Amino acid sequence: MSVPTNHEEHIDSETGKLGMWIFLFTELWLFGGLFLVYAIFRAKYSADFHTGAAELNAFIGTVNTVVLLVSSMTVAMALTAVQKGDRRLALFLVFLTLVLAAVFMVNKYFEWAHKFEYNLFPGSEVLKNLPRGELLFFGLYYMMTGLHALHVIIGMILLSVNIVKIRSGAVNSERYLMLENSALYWHLVDLIWIFLFPLLYLIT
Amino acid sequence: MSLSGSEKQVSYLEYQGKHKGIWGWLLSTDHKRIGLLYLYAVIVFFFVAAFLGLLMRIELIAPGRTIMGPQTYNGLFTIHGIIMVFVIVIPGLAAVFGNFFLPILIGARDVAFPKLNLFSWYLYMTGAILGVLSQFIGGGAPDTGWTFYVPYSVESSTNVIWALTAAFILGFSSILTGLNFIVTIHRMRAPGMKWMRMPLFPWALYATAWIQVLATPIVGITLLMVIAERVLNIGFFDPALGGDPVLFQHLFWIYSHPAVYIMILPAMGVVTEIFPTFSQKPVFGYGAIVLSSLAIAFVGYFVWGHHMFTSGMSYNARWFFSFLTFIVAIPSAIKVFNWISTMYGGSIDMKPPLLYAISFIFLFMIGGFTGLVLGSLATNVQTHDTAFVVAHFHYIIFGGMGFAFFAGIHYWLPKMYGRMYNNKVANIAWVLNFTGFNLLYFPLFIIGLQGMPRRSYDYLPQFESGHVLSTVGAFILISGLILMVYNLVAGARRGPVAPANPWKGVTLEWQIPSPPPHENFDEIPEITSKPYLFGSNTDTK
Repeated sequence: MSVPTNHEEHIDSETGKLGMWIFLFTELWLFGGLFLVYAIFRAKYSADFHTGAAELNAFIGTVNTVVLLVSSMTVAMALTAVQKGDRRLALFLVFLTLVLAAVFMVNKYFEWAHKFEYNLFPGSEVLKNLPRGELLFFGLYYMMTGLHALHVIIGMILLSVNIVKIRSGAVNSERYLMLENSALYWHLVDLIWIFLFPLLYLIT
Repeated sequence: MSLSGSEKQVSYLEYQGKHKGIWGWLLSTDHKRIGLLYLYAVIVFFFVAAFLGLLMRIELIAPGRTIMGPQTYNGLFTIHGIIMVFVIVIPGLAAVFGNFFLPILIGARDVAFPKLNLFSWYLYMTGAILGVLSQFIGGGAPDTGWTFYVPYSVESSTNVIWALTAAFILGFSSILTGLNFIVTIHRMRAPGMKWMRMPLFPWALYATAWIQVLATPIVGITLLMVIAERVLNIGFFDPALGGDPVLFQHLFWIYSHPAVYIMILPAMGVVTEIFPTFSQKPVFGYGAIVLSSLAIAFVGYFVWGHHMFTSGMSYNARWFFSFLTFIVAIPSAIKVFNWISTMYGGSIDMKPPLLYAISFIFLFMIGGFTGLVLGSLATNVQTHDTAFVVAHFHYIIFGGMGFAFFAGIHYWLPKMYGRMYNNKVANIAWVLNFTGFNLLYFPLFIIGLQGMPRRSYDYLPQFESGHVLSTVGAFILISGLILMVYNLVAGARRGPVAPANPWKGVTLEWQIPSPPPHENFDEIPEITSKPYLFGSNTDTK
């Protein structure tokens, strides 16, 4: 068992990863609450949920799913590149991940903006006059994808920090805990989307 | 007996790091300094909330309007509850004593993530200050009760969003502390300290930390949903929009019942440290105490429905939750047997820490048994939302967790500050606290059974004598608390210098100097035996 000899010593990688995994569990539980609410209302208003899901653009949803899956691959490749000491490749791959994340967010923006054009946003008159189940479906849609988008943004910030750290050499083939944990976080963002996508877009 | 004559290191109180003066505290990642930061915050907020509680008691001394109207009263019990629950008892013991003593008890130099630890404290302060501010600004003090039940918490025009945000931030802080402790316990134990050689306070913290990590996110997302509902009109919980208010109650209690165990498990851990020391005898049933802590944490997850017996649940759900509620009483009772058996045949030294620990058992048992009254389906219908409930959870939370905190502070103060308080004054304060506490809360059981509702600023004349007794008790209690804190502060500042091991304890914190050196240990100790071996085997080397 490794015991740090003073306060300033860097956290060893096993300890850091254990902390990250526990944190990821709490994130799963956070979304778990929303999934639970989804399950209950879907059981209660299943017909309305189908109508609501038909309103969503499954094409953009699919594109975004592919984009996120590829970005999970690139961030994993970036980690391998860092471990092998190839800094340039690692920088490129993290940057590519960041670009894919940005593509995801731009798609999301257009998707939301399109709904806003039809006055399909929480609290709007149009939404209030819809059947209750559809109202709840859109409420959940905005809440779940909104919270997910917030996580994408946090992930993007983490990735940007990694670019700086790889460049300065603080993340290197000996010490790459920061990148590894950010990659874990990014996979979680991806994983949650994998569940959101069918539940929201594909249930028609 | 000292493990390491630490002349080489200065104490954590005198240590000069990168930052000087006040910044040496506010930016310190030393777990001991962070523990004290929590301690001071907890004391300040405790007196704020206790003062609000006293105002409520004064209002209730006579029927009708005494010093405030219903709206003020609603605001007072809401913020009293929010501060006491989210700011004091949930972090309380774990953040103060856990931070200070967990690394020392397991033979480590610090927690696993010292910076995250400091960050948690800042989150905690942000949440706490937001909670207090919500009283004074904008639309008026929140009046929903600390449980934020919808649909009222969506409709109320007061600062509910501030209070919700405060609770959310405090929850986040609690998650990070729990995460830190789990990793610390897994990764930082001294060589040779196998799981079953770990002292029992760390075990209690371990069970607590898992609840913090696995239950708190649920209330986090629930509070976010209420915020979304208020701001965006989404309607998850609003029947007018198709939502379900009972769903909110489920989600809220899925966290908030386990939260009771977040409060009580560290309290049980503290008294479990105290009984062996003041009986000079190994703890009775080490394994049973470990298992019961884990069992409480596990079963405690599945009893939340007992808060909702009258809210509309199926009959099967109700009897099942009631059954599990009775099951969770078993591990708690096992601990009580263990503490009493630890004292049996020991050479008992009736010092203030033990006095508080014994009153902890007494009060906790009254709270526990009345909890079974509330956990039974038929009696619950009679007592639901009455003063009986108020009395029950004050016996558990204040009588249990609060008195365990007092036990802990009297036990560890000489270690934390290297100075001793006045024993005689501590005993007098204990008498005031114990009498005041029982006089304050016991009458509430009786008038509650007779039908006195909770959360009401007014009442029928027949409840007056109970309320008068209770208010008198509140004044006795508050004077006891002031005397106790005065004694502790005076002791910590200019009391006689305490030896390294004033109570003849055998766990690791007593083997290092008082106050502990900055790095805790000169050399990390090797652990070769079980904890709590008194007499024949005092050296833990």
